Amino acid sequence: MVRLADLVESEQAHLRALPLPTYKTMPWVAGPSGPERRVALVTTAGLNLRGEQPFRMGAGADYRVIPATADSGDILMNHVSVNFDRTGFQDDMNVVLPLDRLKEMAVDGEIGSVAAYHYSFMGATDPVMLEPKARELAGMLKGDAVNAVILTPV
Amino acid sequence: MCGLAHFFEDEGISTVVIALVREHAEAIRAPRALWVPFELGRPLGAPNEAAFQRKVLTAALELLDPSEGPVVLRDFPEDAPGPKAEEVTNWVCPVSFPASDIEGPEAPAAALAREIDALAPWYQVSLDERGRTRVGVSSMGVPEAAQFVAGFLDQEPANRPVHDQPVSLALKDASADLMSFYFEAATAQPGRKSSGEVERWFWTGTTAGQVLKDVRLKCLDSADDKVKFVAAKLMLPKSMGG
Repeated sequence: MVRLADLVESEQAHLRALPLPTYKTMPWVAGPSGPERRVALVTTAGLNLRGEQPFRMGAGADYRVIPATADSGDILMNHVSVNFDRTGFQDDMNVVLPLDRLKEMAVDGEIGSVAAYHYSFMGATDPVMLEPKARELAGMLKGDAVNAVILTPV
Repeated sequence: MCGLAHFFEDEGISTVVIALVREHAEAIRAPRALWVPFELGRPLGAPNEAAFQRKVLTAALELLDPSEGPVVLRDFPEDAPGPKAEEVTNWVCPVSFPASDIEGPEAPAAALAREIDALAPWYQVSLDERGRTRVGVSSMGVPEAAQFVAGFLDQEPANRPVHDQPVSLALKDASADLMSFYFEAATAQPGRKSSGEVERWFWTGTTAGQVLKDVRLKCLDSADDKVKFVAAKLMLPKSMGG
C-alpha cells in the first residue's frame, strides 16, 4: 500500500477520477539548513479541536488552528471521507500529525524549532478553492517565523 | 495537499509533502514529495512507533537539503511496521454479541443500545489506557448518537437543527462518533490486529454496522438532498460496498 492498484476497484476509480490541478509556474524555495528550520505541520486530515466548530460540507476551503500546546486528547478528526483507516489516529495522533516527534527532533537539535501553530484543512476539497486560504495561511506561517512546512494527507 | 505546497512555495516557504498516493504526487508535481508505501490514513506509517515515525520525518526533511529541484519525488524505502491493512491476524473483538431476537420496529434501536452497553467496559479500558478519546465530533453522547441514527429507520427526523447542526451533518457526525466508540472499545486490548479486520468486524459483525447500512439505504431515498448526499458518499466505505 498505497499504489492505486492495491485498492479496491471502486476506490481506485474514485482516486483516478479526482480532478488534479496543474500549475503554470513551478515555485521553489531553497530549504533552510537543519538547525535553521522552524517547522510547521499542515494536514488535510480534517482535524479540529474538541468544542470548536467542525468543518462543514460546502463551507469552502476553511482551516483550523492547532496550537503546538494542544492536548492530544482534544484533537478530533472530522474528515468527510470514510475511505481510509481511522484506528491509527485513534491510537496515536502522531501517525497523522507528528507533533510529538517534531518536538523531540527540536530537543535533539535535528531541527531548530517547532512552530507555535499548526493547521488542518479538510481533504477532498477542490484545490482551486484552497488558494485564497492557503495564501492567507502562508502569511500567518511567516508571522510565526516558519520556514519549512511538512504537509500530511490521510 | 500538493496544491497547498505549490501556494506555500509561491509565498516563499519551503515545503515537503508526505504523499500516500504516488500517482497523484507524480501528476501534480509538488516541489518536494516523499512517497510513503503506507495505508491511507497513516502517513507516518503506524501508531505508537515513535522511532519509525521519526525516520519518516527525517527522510521528509532531507528533501529540504540542497537538491535538484524544482520537482523532487522520492520513495520512502520501508514498509510500515505492524500488520498490513488486509492481513489476517485472527484478532477477535473482546466482546461477543448475542444474536438479536428482538423483533418489531424498535428492534434495531434496542439491539444497538444493548450492544453499546456490552462494549462500554472496553471503551472504559480504552479511556484508561489511552487517556483520551476521539469520540466527540457530534454534540451527542454515544447513546444519544446511536438512538438518533437508528431513529432514521423509523422515520427521518424533521428538517430542523439537531444540536445546532442540519440533520444531514448530525447524521454524519453521529455516525462518526458511533464508529469511533466501537473502534476504540474493540481495539482497547493490546496485540496484533489489522485495520482491515477491525473494519470488517464493524461492518459485518455488529448491529451498529448493520444499522448504519440500513439507515444509509433508507436515506438514499430521502427528500433532503443533503441527507441523500451523506448516505451516498459519507457513510459506507467503498471497500464495504459504499
